[in-house]
Amino acid sequence: MSGRHPYLRIEFVSKNFGDFQALKSISLDIYPGEFVCFLGPSGCGKTTLLRAIAGLDIQTSGRILQAGGDISGLPPSQRDFGIVFQSYALFPNLTVAANVGYGLAGGKMPRADIDKRVSELLAMVGLSGQELKYPAQLSGGQQQRVALARALAMSPGLLLLDEPLSALDARVRQHLRAELKQLQRRINVTTIMVTHDQEEALAIADRIVVMNEGRIEQVGTPIEIYRQPAAAFVADFVGQMNFLTVDIEAPGLIRLGQAVLEAPDANLAAGHGVTLCIRPEDIQVRGIADGKGNTLLTKIEHMEFLGSFCRAELRLACGRALHADFSINAMRDLGLVPGQELQVALPPERIRLFPGEEKAARHG
Amino acid sequence: MADIALAGTATAPRIKAKVSGEEWGARAALLVLGAYLVITLALPLYTLLTKSVQDKNGQFIGLANFARYFDDPAMLQSLGNTVYVSILGTVITITLAFIYAYALTRTCLRGRGLFRAIALIPLLAPSLLPGLALIYLFGNQGILKFVLLGHEVYGPIGIVIGEVFFAFPHALMILITALAVADARLYEAAESLRAKPARIFFTVTLPGCRYGLVSAALVVFTLIFTDFGVPKVIGGSYNVLATDVYRQVIGQFNFQMGAVVGLILLLPAVLSFAVDRMVQRKQVALLSARAVPLQPKPRQTIDRLFLVLVALVAGFLLLVLGMAVFGSLAKLWPYNLSLTLKWYDFSRVGTDGWGPYFNSLRLAACVALIGTTIIFSGAYLIEKSRGATRLRMVLHFLAMIPLAVPGIVLGLSYIFFFNAPDNPLNFIYGTMAVLVVNTVCHFYTVSHLTAVTALKQVDAEFEAVGASLKVPFYRTFWRVTVPICLPAVLDIAVYLFINAMTTVSAVIFLYSAETKLMSINAINTDDAGNTATACAMGIVIVATSAIVKGLQVLVVGGLERRTQAWRKR
Repeated sequence: MSGRHPYLRIEFVSKNFGDFQALKSISLDIYPGEFVCFLGPSGCGKTTLLRAIAGLDIQTSGRILQAGGDISGLPPSQRDFGIVFQSYALFPNLTVAANVGYGLAGGKMPRADIDKRVSELLAMVGLSGQELKYPAQLSGGQQQRVALARALAMSPGLLLLDEPLSALDARVRQHLRAELKQLQRRINVTTIMVTHDQEEALAIADRIVVMNEGRIEQVGTPIEIYRQPAAAFVADFVGQMNFLTVDIEAPGLIRLGQAVLEAPDANLAAGHGVTLCIRPEDIQVRGIADGKGNTLLTKIEHMEFLGSFCRAELRLACGRALHADFSINAMRDLGLVPGQELQVALPPERIRLFPGEEKAARHG
Repeated sequence: MADIALAGTATAPRIKAKVSGEEWGARAALLVLGAYLVITLALPLYTLLTKSVQDKNGQFIGLANFARYFDDPAMLQSLGNTVYVSILGTVITITLAFIYAYALTRTCLRGRGLFRAIALIPLLAPSLLPGLALIYLFGNQGILKFVLLGHEVYGPIGIVIGEVFFAFPHALMILITALAVADARLYEAAESLRAKPARIFFTVTLPGCRYGLVSAALVVFTLIFTDFGVPKVIGGSYNVLATDVYRQVIGQFNFQMGAVVGLILLLPAVLSFAVDRMVQRKQVALLSARAVPLQPKPRQTIDRLFLVLVALVAGFLLLVLGMAVFGSLAKLWPYNLSLTLKWYDFSRVGTDGWGPYFNSLRLAACVALIGTTIIFSGAYLIEKSRGATRLRMVLHFLAMIPLAVPGIVLGLSYIFFFNAPDNPLNFIYGTMAVLVVNTVCHFYTVSHLTAVTALKQVDAEFEAVGASLKVPFYRTFWRVTVPICLPAVLDIAVYLFINAMTTVSAVIFLYSAETKLMSINAINTDDAGNTATACAMGIVIVATSAIVKGLQVLVVGGLERRTQAWRKR
């Protein structure tokens, strides 16, 4: 990726609201045609960053470059972007066609060309024939598509999406998510989407920017973010994760209660207070021999049926809890029931270690 | 990497937002609005302030005028009178309005729409009309004179009754709003804890509308304290501050003393503001987003009781209006009660004839058109433009001031400011223009707040979407914001129109022979002893206001039908 020139370059962008620092020296490159998600809990600065890129709330300091030009202080009307808001901000008194053609109508484009372009755009989002309806007569998902068509009408170089799917119900959201991704692929427009929904970000993004308290915690592909979270905050925020405070025995060896386990060498000093992370689905129950290969003896405390799999709460010898996901198959084959003792393995390559004890590590 | 980041923060210059051409335009428009408000509001009020600390030759004499005022027993007497009628009038108005509002919102009252409409009648009338009707009812030849047990209606009794009529709808609207929002679950909780109805009333209902009660009381007190029309007509020799100003200025040309009384008239508004701030700080949102709206349940005895009470109040309002109508039609009250239209032949009482009516119409139309344009676009610029934050805050503050300035004080300030020979704007004094400017200013705040409320309900991102599509803000304003806000725009226009028709207090200082208005003509006609004609003039004003209000209802109805495809309401 670094071989190409970035389309959007964010350099040391900070934003203060009075004493509160919403963005703390953010730097980020976004490449042409990329679909990037800003992911984080509410108040992490992701929307503030999007609004700075759009010029709606200009950053306190730092530069933003788009297509090689410095746009740091430009008003939104002099930047090149299309935007879809969470509320869609469709003009309620204008028809679908007038909404989509809103930016086209002011220029020199002849009426017939505008109509043609509007029909093209509506066809592209799958709303042909809805030209004369008003937004209030459409479903939420249709309104979202109109907003998308309007944002793309001027063929912007950059598409900004501010939680565009969060107002929809779950089924429509999943469906539109896939369509949005396909459409973005097809027209190859560089896209930034703000979301607090980690599943949505994993499903749709080429790269995810995980943010927390005004800072970037990690930038990476969905698989990198999920498999190799760079910080305990990321590990906690994206997907399910077990957190256990452990001690470093020696490089590559950790102590959990009485057990000593192999773990990746995280370059952490030996001693107390390191956090071990492992995802529930990475905990193995099959094909392990007694006393070998990072095994632990546990007792099944409780099992929660979640449809295609079961989440079990396991009690370790040291009294601490560990969550593990077992497929329905495994449950049947092994006859897992609460109260039963169970040998599980923590594959070393699936273990991540972070400095600090569990609580401190999680909150960054 | 960490080092670079730190260096970045330490040395990074502040990014200065570049301002586009259209944004400069918006700022220029904001400056023009600021200049307008300074010239038509701030400078006149400032002149009033300086006049109160000057002698007749314009020399600064400190607080000598105020000292003279407080040494004058007659002046202090009117101050006492004003406070007395204001307190009495406020207590009665709030009690009646609370009962009425409670009946409309919390009981299963039949004919709610009708009772609501009746309660708003006083808004359509100039405040001298209840005064005249009360003379017909309780005056020396009044049909209900016996009710007063030998007391005179001319004086505090008449003033208080007239002011109750005049202030009632203002209190009612605030109290309806306060009582309309209630969380049914609070009542269910109270009932499930076996609280008695009286206890529920005092522990749930009253605390819930405490803020509404305080603000209604403040508004009513200020209205009565500063009203000119009612005491002018029915006060007799019972002087109040507003009539004092008029006498000092028009009768005795004592401008300095007029200015002092004018400043005293500002006090209740200043006080209200302080109290309002205090109460508001304590007010917490009683209604969470998940509240369940309260639906009144039928309670036979209580419903009947309130029906009787509401009917009595509505009957009183109708009686006052009806009496004024009848007084304007009776041949010779109270001796010959056959009907005639001769009192509507205004040429009998002066050379003006119906001229003042057309002046009033012209004023009302200009105020509605110009005022709505200035106030709504001003509110839009203040509410929706980017940058210039401090300027917009100052403008919003300026727009709030007129609410605190009684008409009589504003009128006085205008004489001082626009009639000064060295003022380059002196030429508009005595013209229709000064009346228009004055009336727009007089009713600026309520219109501004209506506009701001409507604009706040418009999606905040429309401007951002417009900008991203390279459409200038004024086009989005015209194509989207105005159509969405059209009902509010009409509300403002009709509010301004009706107030321009009925107002007396400010314009009475500013009219000239060519720009005499109907409401003022009615007062002068009554002064000259032609009560029936004065009444007829008042009724013409009520009828005009009612027609305009009716037209608004029709237009809004038609509009809603035509735009129901996109208006969700």
